[in-house]
Amino acid sequence: MIKKIAALGAFVFLLHGCDRNAADESDAAFASRYKALSGEATLLKGATVLTGAGERLNNADVYFADGQIVAVGTDLIADGAKVVDASDKWITPGVIDVHSHLGVYPSPGTQSHSDGNEATAPVTAEVWAEHSVWPQDPGFVTALAGGVTSMQLLPGSANLVGGRGVTVKNVPGRNVMDMKFPGAPYGLKMACGENPKRVYGERGQAPSTRMGNVAGYRSAWIEAAEYRNKLAAADKGQGEAPTRDLKLETLVGVLNGEILVHNHCYRADEMSVMLEIAKEFEYKVGTFHHAVEAYKIGDLLAEADTCAAMWADWWGFKMEAYDGIRENAALVDKAGACAVIHSDDKIGIQRLNQETAKVMGAAARVGIDIAPEHAIQWITSNAAKSLGVADKTGTLEAGKMADVVVWNRNPFSVYSKAERVYIDGALAYERGNPAVNPVTDFSLGTAAATGGAK
Amino acid sequence: MNRFVSLVAALLVTLPAFAETIAIVGGTVHTVGSEGRLENATIIINDGRITAVGSGLAVPDGVTVIDAGGKIVTPGLFSPIGRLGLVDVSSSSGPVDSAQTNEFFTASFDVADAYNRRSVAIPIQRIDGITRAATVPSPGSDVGHVLSGLAAIVNLGDKNALDKRGAAMVITLGESGSHYAGGSRTAAWLTLRNSLDEALDYREHKRDVERGMRREYQHSIADLEALQGVIAGDTPLLVNVHRASDIETLIALTEEYGLNAIIVGGAEAWMVADELASAEIPVILQVTSNLPGNFDQLNARRGAANVLATAGVLFALSDSQSESNNARNITQSAGNAVADGLSWDLALRAITLAPAEIYGVDNNVGSIEAGKAADIVIWPADPFELTTYPDQVLINGVVIPMESRQTMLRDRYLQMDSEKPPAWRDR
Repeated sequence: MIKKIAALGAFVFLLHGCDRNAADESDAAFASRYKALSGEATLLKGATVLTGAGERLNNADVYFADGQIVAVGTDLIADGAKVVDASDKWITPGVIDVHSHLGVYPSPGTQSHSDGNEATAPVTAEVWAEHSVWPQDPGFVTALAGGVTSMQLLPGSANLVGGRGVTVKNVPGRNVMDMKFPGAPYGLKMACGENPKRVYGERGQAPSTRMGNVAGYRSAWIEAAEYRNKLAAADKGQGEAPTRDLKLETLVGVLNGEILVHNHCYRADEMSVMLEIAKEFEYKVGTFHHAVEAYKIGDLLAEADTCAAMWADWWGFKMEAYDGIRENAALVDKAGACAVIHSDDKIGIQRLNQETAKVMGAAARVGIDIAPEHAIQWITSNAAKSLGVADKTGTLEAGKMADVVVWNRNPFSVYSKAERVYIDGALAYERGNPAVNPVTDFSLGTAAATGGAK
Repeated sequence: MNRFVSLVAALLVTLPAFAETIAIVGGTVHTVGSEGRLENATIIINDGRITAVGSGLAVPDGVTVIDAGGKIVTPGLFSPIGRLGLVDVSSSSGPVDSAQTNEFFTASFDVADAYNRRSVAIPIQRIDGITRAATVPSPGSDVGHVLSGLAAIVNLGDKNALDKRGAAMVITLGESGSHYAGGSRTAAWLTLRNSLDEALDYREHKRDVERGMRREYQHSIADLEALQGVIAGDTPLLVNVHRASDIETLIALTEEYGLNAIIVGGAEAWMVADELASAEIPVILQVTSNLPGNFDQLNARRGAANVLATAGVLFALSDSQSESNNARNITQSAGNAVADGLSWDLALRAITLAPAEIYGVDNNVGSIEAGKAADIVIWPADPFELTTYPDQVLINGVVIPMESRQTMLRDRYLQMDSEKPPAWRDR
């Protein structure tokens, strides 16, 4: 009891930073125990603000308190707030990467750290990426310096169904529960194409072809639907409930719309087939990842309300990436579908703004002008939509989490750097200020911690 | 008829080389040569080579004029490392010619013989400004070699694409090299030393070897021949290495054997920058690789280029993602180096003249100076900016068509209103 009171005292002290998460606290196993860093009411003044909701405000202020955005506009007054001069700066929502393997394939990439692919069966819906996450991955810190405030950590793509992904705030703690994004739905990683058919085909087992892949997904959904029906019947007192099955539990979560499908799928023809499977089993494909050929089916994606998460210009490293073009995201966007720029890479995650800029430039060459206030959505609000957290973050609208990046110039310039990164209203990173910036345990004593002064 | 006559007359005048003369006028020219930056400059190109560059030069009559007014003009970019023209699709073994598992040939594996100037990847790079490239053997994956063969320098034009054969001998140290050599860094060094010792022994006893009167070598004769340039100090070792201690050992080895070397990767090269400078060993740096991919790269960091520059190390810029199909992204690498504090001029040098110097082809390319090959890129704005794409590229004085398979795909799918299936659309 005494302990509890002491803890309460600490919470009152830190209240600004964490009260919004209190509602999310739960005793359930694996529940989020995320606590925001301690922050203070802050007024950023005089910046060019890209709200993430499609607007650009010049010479505008951003005010946040208690971990939430309070207001964005001109000449804001906020008594008692820490005022930061942001003139000549640009402000955007925190960058969100929908496709990362930080923590599951951490640095250093030793064999001992290879925890992203449970490549022992083609359908492993029972595994959860969060149970592999190593929060000491130095990649979290370098991503933070790139303005990344939230990300989804996914299993790899060896399997047709690779397991659950987890969305985290980029505040590395002692374990994954400390990082889990409060209230974010789970993702389910699925994979099309070359990887699963190669991994299992080489072992002389199914799938060894794309048609084998499709048979594998369909069989899994049939099994899941039966499990769901048995559960529903048992609920009504008709028959006994089936034995708890971790794999089918996750798949049923998709059929019930609680878990979002994140489907690694490069080719337009394969994405089209996956949309048919979703039709057959009445689930939704939330996002196609690595959607290198999404530009060929922008209309189908718009119609299905499915996001396409894309690299700017990766191409040709495998056959299914042969048709990559830099205008991909722009053409998807033009078709009215939800375009997202993702990384799948510990280095690329540090520069999602730059990847977006490459697409903007390529699109401009063919007369498609994409304004910064529009493009920023590809790495903020559209990404939040893909992860099912658009009501919580992704824009600088009042009431949202104060996940905010202050850039030293237009973020779509190659020379742009994140100067300040706030997560839930707390300053998590400040360029060149070691007193603010985190260092994971692994990095102690290395250049990452010493700033290279060695 | 008159026209025919005048054409013949024109041909007679210029007949010796069938040369076309081109003048690029009005641009801000970053020569990367002794003239530095020139405003409102004119570049005269004749027979594929630059004959003059300067502000306010007279433009001869009858030449093809390219107006670069308001534009930025740079030398063609030089991809310092990669497998361009050796790889179509890297994850498929069929279209990959950069690595091999045959034990009989290692040092003599010469990628020049496999280089495909018609590769789909070539136009994709050159319309973004890449005009020259080092294309190099890769060490392999599970099975590989400490010595993996000879690199080539190529131009991305449509003829006479091979500039220099045997431009460097690729070796791999660190974790990968240890793995190939039997599981230890020491084994990798022993492998390298043995190769050098055999090459020296072969050089001294060639006749005995031919008569079968010399001991057996681990290397084939072809490999020992290929190593002669290395031990003579003519062919630099192109060393895949990151760890500072490995680099220190390498420096000692180059001194002992009188070798030249180039470091590729060099995540910890900044820690031994002064030693590299005095040993005159250049570095091809991966600008944005700031995470310890393995224990060789524990002290990887951003801003390493600044440390190398301050110490006086010759360096070129690259990135892990820009080494093959995206060689074009070295402008992004350069921009990021500038964002980390490197001067803009040094960053441009690091993707033009510096790689040319590193591979010993700077008498021919790397800067806009009279006598050099006319590799020129005309940009509408700062070439490092991510939204900037070249207006025009010239390679050896040839105006390159600004199209690639990717622009064709793009143009096809810009016609989304078409009733026709893509295969029937305009192309």
